[in-house]
Amino acid sequence: MRFTKPSRREFLKGTGILIVSFSLPSLSKTVSASGTPADTGTKTVALDDVDAFLAIDPSGSVTLFSGKVDLGTGIGTALTQIVAEELDVPLSRVHVIEGDTALTPAQGKTWGSLSIQNGGVQIRQAAATARRALLQEAAKRFGVPVEDLIVEQGTMRSRNGGKQITYGELIGGKTFSLKVDKQAPLKDPATYKIVGRPVPRFDIPEKMTGQFTYMQDFKVPDMLHGRVVRPTAIGATLLSVDESSVKDIPGLVKVVRQGNFLGVVAESEWGAIRAAQKLKANWSDWEGLPEQSKLWEHVRATKVNKDDVTSNIGSAEQALEQAAKRLSATYDFAIHTHGSIGPSCAVAEIKDGKLTCWSSSQGTHDLRQQLAAMLSMPDTDVRAIYLEGSGCYGRNGHEDAAADAVLLARAVERPVRVQWMRPDEHGWDPKGPPTLMDLQAGLDANSNVVAWYSQVYVPESATGSVNVKLVAAELAGLPHETGMVPGNVIQNTAIPYTFPNVRTVAHRLAETPLRPSWIRAPGRMQNTFGNESFMDELAAAAGADPLEFRLRYLNDPRGVELLKRLASFAQWQGRKSPKRETGDVATGRGLTYIKYELARTYVGAVADVEVNRKSGEIRVKHFAVVQDCGQIINPDGVKNQVEGNVTQTVSRVLKEEVTFDRSRVTSLNWASYPILTFPEMPEVDIELIDRPTEKPWGVGEPSAAVVPSAISNAVFDAVGVRLRSVPFTPAKVRAAIQSSL
Amino acid sequence: MPTAIPLHVNGRATRVTVDDPDMPLLYALRDNLGLHGPRFGCGLGQCGSCTVHLDGRPVRSCVTPLSAVGKKKIVTLEGLGTVDKLHPVQKAFIEEQAAQCGYCISGMIMEAAAFLASNKNPSDAQIKQALAHNLCRCGTHLRIVRAVKRAAAGV
Repeated sequence: MRFTKPSRREFLKGTGILIVSFSLPSLSKTVSASGTPADTGTKTVALDDVDAFLAIDPSGSVTLFSGKVDLGTGIGTALTQIVAEELDVPLSRVHVIEGDTALTPAQGKTWGSLSIQNGGVQIRQAAATARRALLQEAAKRFGVPVEDLIVEQGTMRSRNGGKQITYGELIGGKTFSLKVDKQAPLKDPATYKIVGRPVPRFDIPEKMTGQFTYMQDFKVPDMLHGRVVRPTAIGATLLSVDESSVKDIPGLVKVVRQGNFLGVVAESEWGAIRAAQKLKANWSDWEGLPEQSKLWEHVRATKVNKDDVTSNIGSAEQALEQAAKRLSATYDFAIHTHGSIGPSCAVAEIKDGKLTCWSSSQGTHDLRQQLAAMLSMPDTDVRAIYLEGSGCYGRNGHEDAAADAVLLARAVERPVRVQWMRPDEHGWDPKGPPTLMDLQAGLDANSNVVAWYSQVYVPESATGSVNVKLVAAELAGLPHETGMVPGNVIQNTAIPYTFPNVRTVAHRLAETPLRPSWIRAPGRMQNTFGNESFMDELAAAAGADPLEFRLRYLNDPRGVELLKRLASFAQWQGRKSPKRETGDVATGRGLTYIKYELARTYVGAVADVEVNRKSGEIRVKHFAVVQDCGQIINPDGVKNQVEGNVTQTVSRVLKEEVTFDRSRVTSLNWASYPILTFPEMPEVDIELIDRPTEKPWGVGEPSAAVVPSAISNAVFDAVGVRLRSVPFTPAKVRAAIQSSL
Repeated sequence: MPTAIPLHVNGRATRVTVDDPDMPLLYALRDNLGLHGPRFGCGLGQCGSCTVHLDGRPVRSCVTPLSAVGKKKIVTLEGLGTVDKLHPVQKAFIEEQAAQCGYCISGMIMEAAAFLASNKNPSDAQIKQALAHNLCRCGTHLRIVRAVKRAAAGV
């Protein structure tokens, strides 16, 4: 199936043209006919207004204004399905505008696997409110009860034929002027024709043919090219700049220096790249990072600002003391980068005191506030517009590139595009912080678990802030956030099992070596690695089958069903681990389970691995994944996310670790920070449990969180050693095997 | 000194005026000719997202100086096929929905198209080896391999 849509470029470059075509007086004031943006705030973006989300033009075309943006997950198509379904219009008639502070509601950042669960549900309710209002209006005009009317393809008519009217005829050119009604009735899922179907993504044909405009492709008239020149050490001070070193670069416009912020602007992109390479700058020495080889000692020694007790049942410490058998283990998860294939990019333009910034930010409304704060200007003079870029897996460098572009554009008084180079991205994107976990448990004489006590060491999060500080603002000495925002990394420290005594504590650290941010499944991935691997250690200590052992302590029916379906899907054969195979290459299976945040999406996985005892190499051959995310909007989109989560996280677990010296990140490209390649990829089989009448939960992250423990448990099954430190490099595997002999 | 360099791109003779003949081909294609297919990923020849064909062979345009192109015929993703007239590899990628963000996919399609031109019936292992130096971060590997297989069956 294929359906045509106006391209994103048309929408975004020509917002003016599109909006004016609505013939809405209020909207046509928002943007000029030339499409030059000026944020006058006249289109409502209020979360409780139907008009914030939806507009219908006289031809019956529906525009969805979504605060949640498509980061390459296919959410644009899924949200379109929700609107088309709820309004009963053809998919091809729904268009989406995403993440524009002048046009789209502030639905929160596109994070936390919440685009469908929160964003889509808000949009669905707005559509239901609109549908009811349209039907009521049509019923009034026809003089019939509203129950007599049906909608087909955006046309309302009486069940028995007779009069009919289209949405476009009724509302086209007008606003709804309605509050979103939480009581507006939703369609019965049993009648769905569009939601729940594997609708092909509307962006894919353009992406496969070079017609798509990514952020990295976006241009505005009169635009210059900028590059940043970052300090040679993270905390270095800029002592001097020798501008004569770049005087021969053709088309150089300006060397921009503000405090420790340094950049170049040129007429051509290549000119900017060469200028950034050739510019001679003198930086002070700075050696504020810890020794990488002593990272975990450093983490353990870092000041704890507070403890978050995420669960406390019975008395874990006392029960541990009295236990017949005690186990303890320490797990750690390295610092990781997001690793987007296309480095961050942004364009900024300041005209008549108003700033417009195009970027791939996950949260344009938040970015708008950050940029306004940086320049000490009112929010209302800033418009931040989302353009899809290379995939992002959390808060990477997009917002920072935006701030870079803003400072350079301000300095040269012309629009500037900033494209980070590869070392900028690897070196300066905010990182998934190092995570250290101490786990203890006690078994009674019958091998029942009587106590579980975990302590996790993770950076604290600045109270009330959702924004990671902007590199440019900090370097330039302009206003910026000071605290750390690593994401909600204490999620899934608490466990889904019914042990009688449980205490789970997160020690929130006053600092962490590199600027932290949320990275896909933040905390949930690292904490689940520790918890589900340690759970496997307990099963082994109890001499139990890992699946049966989990079921003993699970009283959640959906969780139990999930694990039973996983057992069947993966053809799990109950036995205790390890297998104790002989030979150089051993095979093993590992099982793992999560209820995401103990509140939503359930995932179970079985990994099959091969471990080469001599070389220490792990081959992840296969993952079987069963997932229950409630109602499924687009099953192929969900599978794409699960496949991606598994593959990306296998990469993280086997290969990835940010390296640094005392001054800077040293893993600055794909040679020094290798990721999974095609010959190393696992096969993945997926079973989705669809529950059309349940809430739709998120899928962008949960299946990432099960991967590290599944591999660790499979390795134990194969060779009888526990891998407790990500990444599982061959050297660590060899050392673990050696020390077990 | 600005220099005019003749190029043959996607079936047409053209020329680009540049300050530096050693500028990588990628920037001429993207900035001078406005093409979106070849993408900047690393500038180091490590990730493959900038891959184009020179006389049918896949090259990394981010590390190919303009001066080295000569009269070779350049084909980018745009030149391979269009939405209305898809190349079999593009068609297979769409049918398999083989993209998440899709940023790397231009390079994947260009690499795969060149590979399939000389390997009509590849094994999975051969496909994976052919794409071993193209990086994808979203984890679309399974779909990409399926798409290349599908394309091979249809070519």
